[in-house]
Amino acid sequence: MQPGGPGIPQCNARSPTLFTINTWLVCSLLANIFVAIIFPFCKRVPLRYQMKVKVIARNPDDYVRETKLDIQRVPRNYDPSLHPFEVSREYTRALNATKLERVFAKPFVASLDGHRDGVNCMAKHAKSLSTLLSGSCDGEVKVWNLSKHECVRTLQAHEGFVRGMVVRYCGTSFFTVGDDKTIKQWKMESPGYGEEEEPINTILGKTVYTGLDHHQNDPVFATCGQQVDIWDEQRSSPIRSFTWGVDSFSSVHFNPVETELLASCASDRSIVLYDMRESTPLKKVIMTMRSNTLSWNPMEAYYFTCANEDYNLYTYDMRYLAKPITVHMDHVSAVLDVDYAPTGKEFVSASFDKTIRIFAKDGGHSREVYHTKRMQHVICIKWSADNKYILSGSDEMNIRLWKANAAEKLGVLAPREREAANYSQKLKEKFQHHPQIRRIARHRHLPKTIYHQTKELRVMKEARRRKERNVRKHSKPGSVPVVSEKEKHVVTVVK
Amino acid sequence: MASPGEASVDETHVGKKKKLPARYWQELQEEERKDENKVKSDGEQSKEALQQEEDKTQKAKKRKQDQSPSDGEKVKPEKSDPFPGPAPIPEDRLQKFKRKDKLKKPHRKQHKLRDIIARSEDASEMAQKQAARFDLLLPEEAGFLEGDEDEDTCMISQEDIAEAVDITSGAKYFNLKLSQFGPYRLDYSKTGRHLLLGGRRGHVACIDWASKQLMCEINVMESVNDVKWLHTEAMYAVAQKKWLYIYDSNGIELHCIRKFNDVLRMQFLPYHFLLATASATSFLQYLDVSVGKEVAAICTKTGRLDVMCQNPHNAIIHLGHANGTVTLWSPNQKEALVKMLCHQGGVRSVAVDKTGTYMVTSGMDKKLKVYDVRTFKPLKSYFLSAGAACLSLSQRGLLSAATGDVVQVYKDVCSMPVTKPYMAHRLRGTVWGLHFCPFEDVLGVGHGDGFTSMLVPGAGEPNFDGLDANPYRSAKQRQEWEVKALMEKIQPELISLDPTELAQVDQATWEQRHQDRVEVLGFDPLAKEKFVPKYKKKGRSSAGAIERRKKQVAHEEQRDVIRKSVEDKMKMEKERKERERKKAALSTQKSALDRFKK
Repeated sequence: MQPGGPGIPQCNARSPTLFTINTWLVCSLLANIFVAIIFPFCKRVPLRYQMKVKVIARNPDDYVRETKLDIQRVPRNYDPSLHPFEVSREYTRALNATKLERVFAKPFVASLDGHRDGVNCMAKHAKSLSTLLSGSCDGEVKVWNLSKHECVRTLQAHEGFVRGMVVRYCGTSFFTVGDDKTIKQWKMESPGYGEEEEPINTILGKTVYTGLDHHQNDPVFATCGQQVDIWDEQRSSPIRSFTWGVDSFSSVHFNPVETELLASCASDRSIVLYDMRESTPLKKVIMTMRSNTLSWNPMEAYYFTCANEDYNLYTYDMRYLAKPITVHMDHVSAVLDVDYAPTGKEFVSASFDKTIRIFAKDGGHSREVYHTKRMQHVICIKWSADNKYILSGSDEMNIRLWKANAAEKLGVLAPREREAANYSQKLKEKFQHHPQIRRIARHRHLPKTIYHQTKELRVMKEARRRKERNVRKHSKPGSVPVVSEKEKHVVTVVK
Repeated sequence: MASPGEASVDETHVGKKKKLPARYWQELQEEERKDENKVKSDGEQSKEALQQEEDKTQKAKKRKQDQSPSDGEKVKPEKSDPFPGPAPIPEDRLQKFKRKDKLKKPHRKQHKLRDIIARSEDASEMAQKQAARFDLLLPEEAGFLEGDEDEDTCMISQEDIAEAVDITSGAKYFNLKLSQFGPYRLDYSKTGRHLLLGGRRGHVACIDWASKQLMCEINVMESVNDVKWLHTEAMYAVAQKKWLYIYDSNGIELHCIRKFNDVLRMQFLPYHFLLATASATSFLQYLDVSVGKEVAAICTKTGRLDVMCQNPHNAIIHLGHANGTVTLWSPNQKEALVKMLCHQGGVRSVAVDKTGTYMVTSGMDKKLKVYDVRTFKPLKSYFLSAGAACLSLSQRGLLSAATGDVVQVYKDVCSMPVTKPYMAHRLRGTVWGLHFCPFEDVLGVGHGDGFTSMLVPGAGEPNFDGLDANPYRSAKQRQEWEVKALMEKIQPELISLDPTELAQVDQATWEQRHQDRVEVLGFDPLAKEKFVPKYKKKGRSSAGAIERRKKQVAHEEQRDVIRKSVEDKMKMEKERKERERKKAALSTQKSALDRFKK
């Protein structure tokens, strides 16, 4: 390499060097016909115009918007070398998104008050998203308009508790059962001016009914009490009655996919499965403690989740009842109600410990907990059919409306807004296991009592585990088998 | 679009059909249509109808070939697609967007993990393909310079290039004659639009160099060691004789930072908002310019630090020293991450390329060396008769080296042996600062007689990313960018030699993690508490009895340990035997005829 060799031209154009003159010569003579004559003689003339050169020359018009009314142009180049530190930057974005999520997590939307006693049951409307029915412990049924947060109709349905309520699949009428041993069918629209509020149909039963559910698409419904009855809407006596040596059932639910199947929770700690087309029940599983209600997964026909008195929820596969698929723990008191999201991926549970928790269908612990200072024991819970809201009815006569996704923005999103939300969601997912992000994402404020109870339960569980370990250590090998958490709570399966 | 009814009305004046220019894709269809026309009772079609049909056929072409058209009479025989499937993507482009190798599939038992990995791999593959496809659509192409057959490109003068290219590009070659306050250091802003000049004798000027507009010009009445733009063109830092100063683009002094003294060289890390300074007192300091705090001050104990550069790939600072070593620094560690002995004399200049692969150094021993900074191994060594005082690497990997008053530009220094410079240019004074302009084919040279902007075809990246550094951004866009950039400021703790480390699984062993935990807590949470015997009454807690009980417990524990070790031993023995048995079985492979052996 020869730096500054003879070939390096000077930068000063005015200095009369050989090169500049020669260049000038070429320029002036190019058009001249003498070029052909002169050229052979001056060999040293470098022919500058035969070099090929291109430099970057951008037309600003291609990169700037034409008018003020346009949006700005943003040319992209996805070359990774132009975007250094992509992992660190994404991590920072994920961290910010997680923090913002916790900032914007305001799940409580509204409270619907008007009941004069605790809310005992609720029913979603089959066709209208904004309609909700609720029955209270004094026999009153209210129909709510959720978008306006107001009660549109009140009727005194029963004497004593309204135990169960269900809207017919067509949405034109609904059924209620109460402590006064009656089943009543009501029209959905309120009576005209001067008309009496009267049921379309009343069935007087022999015993108290505690639960009720309607078939997905047939005029058939099921009640439970001392036995499980299947009713035809046209008849005043049940078309079928199931008993299996139990004195009372607390709830009954039709499978939304395999529509002829039913499941009910009995007070002898069992969950019984039925096929409507058969005369006898299919099978039952007996657990260590009583289940209050259950909810079928609307997307996976085999799975149902039951809310148990032992503070846990259990998801079962109805084909293999010997042990639950998942045990969902986190509540610190009896779980009273459970309802699946219409997507079948999550469910919400209501508990006696005054909280609502949201679980993933295969998650052992809850992803979210809702509570307020004023909310007492939550008795009934529903997940709205548009997968956006959760409705809870509690002891202190209020129905509360919650967002299913605490940090979600309500209302219509602009496309870019939605894109940004999706992007940050993906980022949060990607970096969810990083300790700093996980710590922020998992943090929830809990009421003092629940916080301490959780701690206490943890200590108790640890003590039990230790004791069992010690017992195993000091007994003959194999005589104290290891029982998994899933198997612990099932006593037996009867067919 | 004309309806079939109209077509029949228009029939009358269609004696001669206008022949459309032939297209290769129409040949077959044209013939078929002729056949059809013969058969048809109507005879001929109107021009409009013909065109309409043609449109239809073209649209159908765009769709899938095997879709049959709805009306029965226009059914064409099956014709195979000459280019079936999606358009192929060149392998090298795909390679460009490849982030990492495919993972090994986990065991079938871990079906959830398997599923997640499969999905994410699909998604990343699709992203890679889309990015590679998008790469074909980029509007600009890189510059180049090719001489005549027997002509070296280094012989071509700047004037000739400026004359040969278009006017706007030609105007990018210019000289600023500033002989009074020279020699000059310079810096281009991240977008490449703005130029900052700092004269040794106190002259500081910032210029929108493309439009040749002077933004501000001041004389700080002190010697200026280095100048640097901060994250936008609104602020810049000037290392003056004693302190570090921050000015805004109108030349108003914003800050005088007395914590930073005798600064000789500066580097700005744009994604971390850190200004790294190297001082004559051998201190390497980091200033967080978003909050104005000193992040780290490291005493390097290596004397005067006047050779400095950053690795744009991982934000590590490289310092060159008088004893021929180059050291690598991050703000998280008081010691150098790496020390490399690069030259026999002192190091004069260091430069690292954009991808963080190559480091180029030049030393007093008049050598120019290329290192791989991933493995810290030397790749190439060149001898320059004058030795290079300043080095700079462009976005596309051109290396400019200043030897005295000559600037040489080399191409492909890192990958293949080079004998001749790509370009060369002589200036009037000694070169003091050298910088390639991002996204332009321009090399800015600050020298004793002012500033020269050279044209170096093929230096700059032709296609910029509008969300990262947009030379054409408006004030509003700049503001938005600033907010976003501040939001995703990378914390200085994340600076490490491997910038992708954060995305890797932390495979620390249990012992390691436990040790970390103990360190954080200050005690061992899993430590076994010492056995304290219960106090028993009726003389059972005599000293001897207590000792006995203690011993009993200790023995019990000892027995546990022994039992476990024996079990382990047995297990290993068993495994060994099993292995041997298998080996033996394998070595004496039985054939079908073996059974006849006795």
